[in-house]
Amino acid sequence: MSEVILEVRDLVKHFPIRQGIVFKRTIGQIKAVDGVSLDLHKGETLGIVGESGCGKSTLAKLLMNLEKPTSGEVRYQGRDVLRLSPAEQRKLRRNIQLVMQDPYTSLNPRMTVGDIVGEPFEIHPDAAPKGDRRRKVQELLDVVGLNPEHINRYPHQFSGGQRQRIGIARALALKPEVIVCDEPVSALDVSIQAQVMNLLDQLQTEFNLSYIFIAHDLSVVRHIADRVGVMYLGKMVEVGTDDDIYVRPTHPYTQALLSAVPVPDPTARQRKAVIRLEGDVPSPANPPSGCRFRTRCWKAQEICATETPLLQIRPTSGHPSACHFAQERDVVHAG
Amino acid sequence: MSSPEVATPTAEAAPMPVTPAVAEQAPQKDKKDKPRSLWTDAWYELRRKPLFVISAILIMIFVLMAAFPSLFSSVDPAAADLNRSLTKPDFGAWFQFGKGGQFGYNVQGQDIYARTIYGARASIVVGLSAVIGNMLLGGFFGILSGYLGGWTDTLLARFGDIFLGLPFVLGALVILSTFAPVQSNPSAFRITSLVIATFVALGWPSFARIMRAAVLSTKQLDYVHAAQALGARPGRVVFRHVLPNSVAPMVVVGTITLGAYIGAEATLSFLGVGLREPVVSWGIMIGQSRQFMEAAPYMMAFPAAFLAIAVLSFVMLGDAVRDALDPKLR
Repeated sequence: MSEVILEVRDLVKHFPIRQGIVFKRTIGQIKAVDGVSLDLHKGETLGIVGESGCGKSTLAKLLMNLEKPTSGEVRYQGRDVLRLSPAEQRKLRRNIQLVMQDPYTSLNPRMTVGDIVGEPFEIHPDAAPKGDRRRKVQELLDVVGLNPEHINRYPHQFSGGQRQRIGIARALALKPEVIVCDEPVSALDVSIQAQVMNLLDQLQTEFNLSYIFIAHDLSVVRHIADRVGVMYLGKMVEVGTDDDIYVRPTHPYTQALLSAVPVPDPTARQRKAVIRLEGDVPSPANPPSGCRFRTRCWKAQEICATETPLLQIRPTSGHPSACHFAQERDVVHAG
Repeated sequence: MSSPEVATPTAEAAPMPVTPAVAEQAPQKDKKDKPRSLWTDAWYELRRKPLFVISAILIMIFVLMAAFPSLFSSVDPAAADLNRSLTKPDFGAWFQFGKGGQFGYNVQGQDIYARTIYGARASIVVGLSAVIGNMLLGGFFGILSGYLGGWTDTLLARFGDIFLGLPFVLGALVILSTFAPVQSNPSAFRITSLVIATFVALGWPSFARIMRAAVLSTKQLDYVHAAQALGARPGRVVFRHVLPNSVAPMVVVGTITLGAYIGAEATLSFLGVGLREPVVSWGIMIGQSRQFMEAAPYMMAFPAAFLAIAVLSFVMLGDAVRDALDPKLR
């Protein structure tokens, strides 16, 4: 596999819960992201899935340096992003860009498309000479499949899919190497989802981009990702290639997630295993001891409460899985 | 699901070079590239409202009156002819330009019509400057506390509460009678700027609160995060993204408050601590008329009517602007 471009080691983000009006006391911590490690290789797509509230979006914000992590490291090309001077960080931001979830709120309604897509050039004036910017913006609009003549229009004159393309054009402007996509298609219609995903796919080959693709839709991630990480309550529970995760899942949570994916073929549907989880996701302010999934796991034993399972390759699992009782089980094609 | 997807399927299905046929879906062909921002939308909305049109015309007349009073009256408002003291209004003179006495004469024989016209200037200048001052000062502190948060926010909020805790008229009485005692005779410029400064000092915390609330909700929005992710410095984030999207509520309150300040200026002048001679203002005129209520009611009626109409038009304008800028009311 090609070189590692982005390395994340034991990234932790705890949000303090505060009480009081003037003098605030910290009475607890929301453990939004609690020790996540991952590697992103050049030109690959790493999908991250998990249910709402498992810390996916916080992870994206940490990677973009929009939130300060409580501890841990984010290394871009071997350099620790968090220990750089502000000037160096600004420079580095050119190489990591973000595509946001909601195309209706991610574009400033009072700026024209030309201003929105051209803003990266204003922030980093050395990226493009001044007289050249308008042409560059039009090129970018063309690349993402928008009419370059619409440069003077406002975001509300576009549909959701077109707006998402504007967001992608903005992210592409500085020729980044990594794009963090925080649920880029979950706010769109299914037909538009496919178009935007194909666009992302095509841009990846064209510009040799690496994606971190965050989503809660497993089929979307399978379509686009080379490798997939599954998150639960702020921790990564299983990482592997998409076949590892979709055909040979070993973590019970992954298996439960997959069993919830709707299968379009009625005969295959009858053979699908259905795993119904009991209860709710525990509060991230007070997560269970040991394995975080044990409160809802049908395999849970005493060891799960006392010992935190590490994300590692196990005798019963060919790819890293954080379960003491990891066991392969093909949920989707179960027969 | 979102309806815009359904509305423009052709544009989505053929995203590559858009054919002229698709481009012509825009309503007006020539004007289609003319951008329509939220303010433009608001303007389209406003033009159709009779309330807005009426109040805007009235305000324009008042502003014209304030800027060029000689267009409306050729009589010197300060000229006093005791022979004419308390002369009744001459309704025949209403349609003859150049003739005085349309509204009668006051006890010193000064022309009430001319004084009412010239009085507009003081009211408009005080109201407008006070609102602009409030917007600048309150807006500045509002952005500061909203965007920075934390201790800055707490300190500014408590500091503003000191001013908000003072009842408006009491606070103004205290400030004005300290810096311009009732018997003193300050120059027109000094007393006018003192009244404006009093309004700003007592009014900025409410403007700051409105601005703070708007900034707090705006800075959470995705496009602000997007700009930060691009590496934008705080100054750019505030002036390009946060400020343009959070200034509307303050503009609305400012327009409504303008009417209130014109009324407040008249109140203070009536009480004798606000504007005073040689300034001509509606409040002073109403104050001077109170001993002659039975003998010469017209001395009070005309400036009071102008005052009421001016306040009403600004409040109506504020209402119309609020409706146009608030998409939830559409």
